[in-house]
Amino acid sequence: MTSHTLHAGTALAFALLCGPALAESGKLLLTGGVSSIDGAAGGGLTPWALTGSYATQGQLGGTAFVTRVKTQDYALNVAGAAASYDDRVELSFARQDFDTGPTGPALGLPGLRLKQDIFGLKVRLFGEAVLDSDTFVPQVALGVEFKTADPGGLAPTLRALGASTQGTDFYVSATKLFLAQGVLVNATLRATKANQNGLLGFGGAADDSYSVQPEVSIAWLLNRHLAVGAEYRAKPDKLNPSALGAGLQEDDWSDVFIAWAPNKNLSLTLAFVDLGHIVPALVTRRQQGPYLSAQVAF
Amino acid sequence: MIRFLATLLLAAGAALLHGPAEAQASDASLYQAFGEKAGLAVLMDRFVETLAVDERTKVFFANADKPRLKQQLTDQLCMLAGGPCVYTGAKMRGQHRGLEIARSDFNALVEVLQDSMDAQGIAFSTQNRMLARLAPMHREIITRE
Repeated sequence: MTSHTLHAGTALAFALLCGPALAESGKLLLTGGVSSIDGAAGGGLTPWALTGSYATQGQLGGTAFVTRVKTQDYALNVAGAAASYDDRVELSFARQDFDTGPTGPALGLPGLRLKQDIFGLKVRLFGEAVLDSDTFVPQVALGVEFKTADPGGLAPTLRALGASTQGTDFYVSATKLFLAQGVLVNATLRATKANQNGLLGFGGAADDSYSVQPEVSIAWLLNRHLAVGAEYRAKPDKLNPSALGAGLQEDDWSDVFIAWAPNKNLSLTLAFVDLGHIVPALVTRRQQGPYLSAQVAF
Repeated sequence: MIRFLATLLLAAGAALLHGPAEAQASDASLYQAFGEKAGLAVLMDRFVETLAVDERTKVFFANADKPRLKQQLTDQLCMLAGGPCVYTGAKMRGQHRGLEIARSDFNALVEVLQDSMDAQGIAFSTQNRMLARLAPMHREIITRE
């Protein structure tokens, strides 16, 4: 059994093996967020201070998700799982699989896929995003994402660019549902040097230091089952400049989304994402397209 | 285009946020939206009856004095909604002491209240305005964390 499989099972086992009596659904609908592409609970692109699943104080809950993003030239598949205990701690795992489209063949690497495993840990520090409706105090959480990239045939290129294949993101998120208005706001600050979220490694020869990137989300609750919103995620752009000049410049990410939770076991999120330029040296147009994610909670 | 749209939505959201809970004193619009005292009485009747049979909450309400509870809740929500009522019951913390109420129990009650408001045809945004005035009570009601 590979360490990947072992870790993938951990988050699920955490929720499943402890027995049905603990896996309850104490949170209100949609207040566990959805699964972000890095595996942590929050929006689609950004981790929030919510602890994921429908488990609340004294409860254990889990989620599993699949996500697919398709832009003009690239595609990303993500699958993962998370477990949350006591509305305090969240463990998550996500495996990303990125299809490099025309870039692979252009580099003499047909069928090139960039992969990444992300292990996440989030701890809620204080605050109650939903019920503290008489104060501006948000729910605040700290998180880390341990990322291991597998660039396949691109590994020598990343080495030459000074990018490493392992990296850790650190973040703090503040989330609040303005209950009277039915609007949720999240602000995240992420210390990172991940290139394209880590798919192109971490750091580069010109800049190998951490920088703090802001990420914001806003969501309107239309009813108990439906939310619409938007996200914006700034990116560190560590491979610009590189030996390829501005050829590996990266842009900020953004999306608009609609999330539907018919019950506490299932949610579906449809979004339109703008991932900006990805390897503009070889693919000049901005990458935009649909994002679809399904999450089961138990 | 999408970047512009996202920025626009964020700006609109910021403009909407004029405070966590609305000023209650001079605004009786919420009271009217709930059908004033008569409407609240019907709602609390449905609410308490449902709490007494719902699997998650009935353990707390099985032995409650339901008529009294309905009347007190009607007065309390009337007052919170800006209506001309005075709540004469005991404070929340005293009323709930010793009941070992957990967060999940409180949220189950919120869901029963949402279901009751749905059944009465109260708009989602109106429901949230009322819930925003009730939610802070969780600090005095939840005794088992």
